Amino acid sequence: MKRVAVIGVGLTKFGELWDASFSQLFVEAGTQAIEDAGIDGSDVDALYVGNMSGGRFIDQEHISCLIADYAGLTPIPATRVEAACASGGLAIRQGVMAILSGMHEVVVVGGVEKMTDLSTERTTQTLATASDSEWEAFMGMTFPGLYAMMARRHMHEYGTTREQLAMVAVKNHENAMHNPYAQFHVRISVEQVLRSPLVADPLRLLDCSPITDGAACVVLASEERAREFTDSPVYITGSGQASSSIALHSRESVTFVDATYNAGREAYARAKRSPGEIQVAEVHDAFTIGEILAIEALGLVERGSGGRATEEGETAIGGRIPVNTSGGLKAKGHPVGATGVAQVVEVVLQLRGEAGGRQVDADIGLTHNVGGSGGTAVVHILER
Amino acid sequence: MSMMSVPRFWRNTKARYRMIGRRCRRCGQVYFPPRNLCRRCRRRGELEEVQLSGRGEVYSFTVIRTPPVGFERSAPYVMALVKLEEGAMVTAQLADVEPEEVRIGMKVRSVFRKIQEDGEAGLIYYGFKFVPEDEYDVQGE
Repeated sequence: MKRVAVIGVGLTKFGELWDASFSQLFVEAGTQAIEDAGIDGSDVDALYVGNMSGGRFIDQEHISCLIADYAGLTPIPATRVEAACASGGLAIRQGVMAILSGMHEVVVVGGVEKMTDLSTERTTQTLATASDSEWEAFMGMTFPGLYAMMARRHMHEYGTTREQLAMVAVKNHENAMHNPYAQFHVRISVEQVLRSPLVADPLRLLDCSPITDGAACVVLASEERAREFTDSPVYITGSGQASSSIALHSRESVTFVDATYNAGREAYARAKRSPGEIQVAEVHDAFTIGEILAIEALGLVERGSGGRATEEGETAIGGRIPVNTSGGLKAKGHPVGATGVAQVVEVVLQLRGEAGGRQVDADIGLTHNVGGSGGTAVVHILER
Repeated sequence: MSMMSVPRFWRNTKARYRMIGRRCRRCGQVYFPPRNLCRRCRRRGELEEVQLSGRGEVYSFTVIRTPPVGFERSAPYVMALVKLEEGAMVTAQLADVEPEEVRIGMKVRSVFRKIQEDGEAGLIYYGFKFVPEDEYDVQGE
């Protein structure tokens, strides 16, 4: 496909941001991205925003209009994109397609979620709406429960160990130590993960990403238009998106995420790249097993070997293929609608050489965002 | 619990009370939970009702320690992916079994039980759970 330039990025601090409202979060990330791009608001042709559940989290639908209004971007077209936790990644793809279609030249893509205005029970209940409401949630299933069943089966089929799952969390917490935007700045040990309370066996509290407020934003431009603003943009060279059954029980496999595989295959083909060429990756580790399933289905490691690759340090900074240098969803935080956009922000910072203490040497990076337990996946490949 | 109005629940009582699924006459695929369109044959498929045996085995499982709203009194409880002998897989609770006793591959059979209730004065929702194959069957077939 033709390349689309990322000319600006912005991010809020991720965390429990009691004093920041939904629109305030978006405006903060958006302002940063527009300043970073060196453009003016009047240069923006269209706005896409990823948001999972403003309706349930803050009793607010019609998010697209709200955001355009508070960002001072009216009357440009503003569109909300929703696919549960993959909302942000899909918003990026919509922005890419808007530019590739020739309809727009400069597009702002944001993602935002305000999760902490609700009680933990209600928040958990809202996240469960990403599963099959009638045949999973109603039966008593929870979101951690679905990933726990994937983990149990992966352990059964491939001999993945409980410790290897913990090592994903340990690595991502270590990476987040060097990310000023991350929710957690605390190192954890395998022992601490294994001693943390059970949430859904075999997953424990420290296997799970937290509840987070935050926003992320990027400015995309056509290659021609980008030259007006920067000499060295990062380019999105590949994009892929796929769907699968919403319920885990209806999928071909519980241990191989077909939507991730299919989205990856499309993105690699469009970028004319192969998994072996990827040098840094941000993947969807809402739960520790999620990162293992992701790196396997994306072909970054052999099928079934994700746990062992993690244990051997292949996915650590300094390893063969550093994964989740930002701290991932686990330690950077997971404001669901913002996550897919924040992943692109991290890879852009890495490719620009602006990732500070977590910098890796990379020219080609990948982002991978999942909705639900694997019903939606979206993959982007970025190059400089 | 998820928002379950009376009509929304009632629409599926055949499946929830009696484990009646669908089978495609064209390709033989069995769907449970039931679907209105065969996802292989699509418009060329033809779905008919099929009574499932309720027998199957545990494909994977977890123990829910942090329950959703409506299940607080049940926790901790075992949830499983049950692979039915007709080939379909379903998500359900395992009853009458200690979490430590559950194994992948364990043979189970369906029983009719209370799933949850909508507060003290609200609707009581019934449906299927699974118990180990050799357990006493409260339905008394």
